[in-house]
Amino acid sequence: MTTLTEAPSTIEVVTTGRARRARRRWLVHVGLALAVLAVFWLSLMLGRTYYPASDVIAVILGGDVDGASFTVGTLRLPRAVTGLLVGFAFGLAGATFQTMLRNPLASPDVIGISSGASAAAVIGILVLNLSPTAVSAMATAAALVTAFAIYLLSYKQGGVANTRLILIGIGIAAMLSSVVSYVLSGAAAWDMQVAMRWLTGNLNGATYERTLPLVIAVVLLAPVLLWLLRDLEAMRLGDQTAAALGVPVERTRVLLIVVAVALMAFATAAAGPIAFVAFLSGPIAARILGPVGSPVLASGLFGALLVLVADFFAQYALGTRFPVGVITGALGAPFLVYLLVRSNRSGGSL
Amino acid sequence: MSHAHTLRAEQLSLGYGERSVVENLDLSIPPERITVVVGANACGKSTILKAMSRLLPARHGAVLLDGKAIHEIPTKQVARTLGLLPQSPIAPEGISVSDLVGRGRHPHQGMLSRWTADDDAAVARALDVTGTADLADRAVDELSGGQRQRVWVAMVLAQQTELLLLDEPTTFLDVTHQVEVLDLLTDLNRDFGTTIVMVLHDLNLAARYADHLVAIKGGRLYAAGAPSDVLTETCVRDVFGLDNMVVPDPTTGKPLVLPLGRHHVATAAR
Repeated sequence: MTTLTEAPSTIEVVTTGRARRARRRWLVHVGLALAVLAVFWLSLMLGRTYYPASDVIAVILGGDVDGASFTVGTLRLPRAVTGLLVGFAFGLAGATFQTMLRNPLASPDVIGISSGASAAAVIGILVLNLSPTAVSAMATAAALVTAFAIYLLSYKQGGVANTRLILIGIGIAAMLSSVVSYVLSGAAAWDMQVAMRWLTGNLNGATYERTLPLVIAVVLLAPVLLWLLRDLEAMRLGDQTAAALGVPVERTRVLLIVVAVALMAFATAAAGPIAFVAFLSGPIAARILGPVGSPVLASGLFGALLVLVADFFAQYALGTRFPVGVITGALGAPFLVYLLVRSNRSGGSL
Repeated sequence: MSHAHTLRAEQLSLGYGERSVVENLDLSIPPERITVVVGANACGKSTILKAMSRLLPARHGAVLLDGKAIHEIPTKQVARTLGLLPQSPIAPEGISVSDLVGRGRHPHQGMLSRWTADDDAAVARALDVTGTADLADRAVDELSGGQRQRVWVAMVLAQQTELLLLDEPTTFLDVTHQVEVLDLLTDLNRDFGTTIVMVLHDLNLAARYADHLVAIKGGRLYAAGAPSDVLTETCVRDVFGLDNMVVPDPTTGKPLVLPLGRHHVATAAR
């Protein structure tokens, strides 16, 4: 533009700025969703045996294709569906906690909520010899109880102090993992296989029955969470500012915790605590999205992408089949260190 | 402006946990005026402001907005009438100025009804009034302290409330920026009839900018009225425990407080 233009009026600046942010939000979400679908589709086609898209479509439509019906229909499809939903749930729950507590360390897998689920599951399997369904139910209940305990312990007059909540959560996580180690040390070797799934997170042997509760949880809870995001965005400005803007802060916070923990717990029951997915997805999604709005939905999509890609990698890229949690754990640990170093450099408390 | 909103505290007692902070406070905020609350540290100024904006429940008594107990009015309705700028609001990392100011529109939007042209207009007006329009696309975290404070004021302005409560809006600002923010608030009051209540630390700026000065001592009302009636040597000594001398400000005629420390002061002044 070489013509002399008048400076835009304030209202124009405001409208174009808002349109730009909306466009970016749209692009990032659609882009992530397409990437998830692409990886989901590829994971049905690729593997030890390659099946062309036409076979995969035939199997999904209920047709009988020699070989593909078993490999795609019974093995790959439930596995991919579970991976997608587990990643989505972890991503949503992680980013909700991180945004609400304004701290990337405040993810439910760092502050002990996943450990609560794991400890209960290990006790259920090894000590009480419960059925898989009962173990899932117990793990979900334990995650909610753990979250509630952390919340109560960190409650002070006038609300919950964030740093306090994180430190108490990390303490409780350590306590619960020692419970897990104690139970494992006395376990018979054949039970260990089952119990290990609760420690690293694994999509092996994913079935529709085991995933069904998670499907229901995501369908019911994700909309509630998305509905709460507007108030959560206001709470990022601080509790007092949010309250002054008309947000019922304490009520919204309790609702957010219950919904996020339930998503987390159902996902953990379906595939075990896949290490660091909840923790990694939020900050990375926020980085991709930029400061244009709530990172929670983008984090859910990124979580789904992360689990699908990591699981594919864990199955085929390394010679032996690893549980997916090994890959995400290997990615997450350095990231945790990076965050700690960065918060230390910037002089921030936690 | 025939029916300006009224705000007052009646027999108000406040506290945290076991500790009682404010007792039996009766305080009436004159509509369409600037009220400044002063008092020593930890005397309960901020606590009073929190209660007045229903962030803190009353132990006894009540805060009445337009004659109704503020805790019984739906939060959204309160948020459309009364805005509050707390002492340390948090700007999300990287957020742009116009985005942050837009957050002030929260109480005007429902869960389903989204952004409207009214919202854009309110944000643009808030940016213009606070002189932050040319910062609209900048990130809040790269602004200077004074600019940032004006942006926060713009955020509460976008809320378009007739009552505005500010908790120490001038802390961390140098004297130029303090005067700038106070001038801006005075403009709002004069041009739009906004009722302003703020806590200030600087007594001389308080005396200059207040129409109505409220002195709080130990959680109780010590005095309230025109600055020249309230800000006397006795008042400053009682409220702050400070030996002082009050002279007329040569530029405004309002009271000017000169502290008398232990050093540097001629004996005649004591």
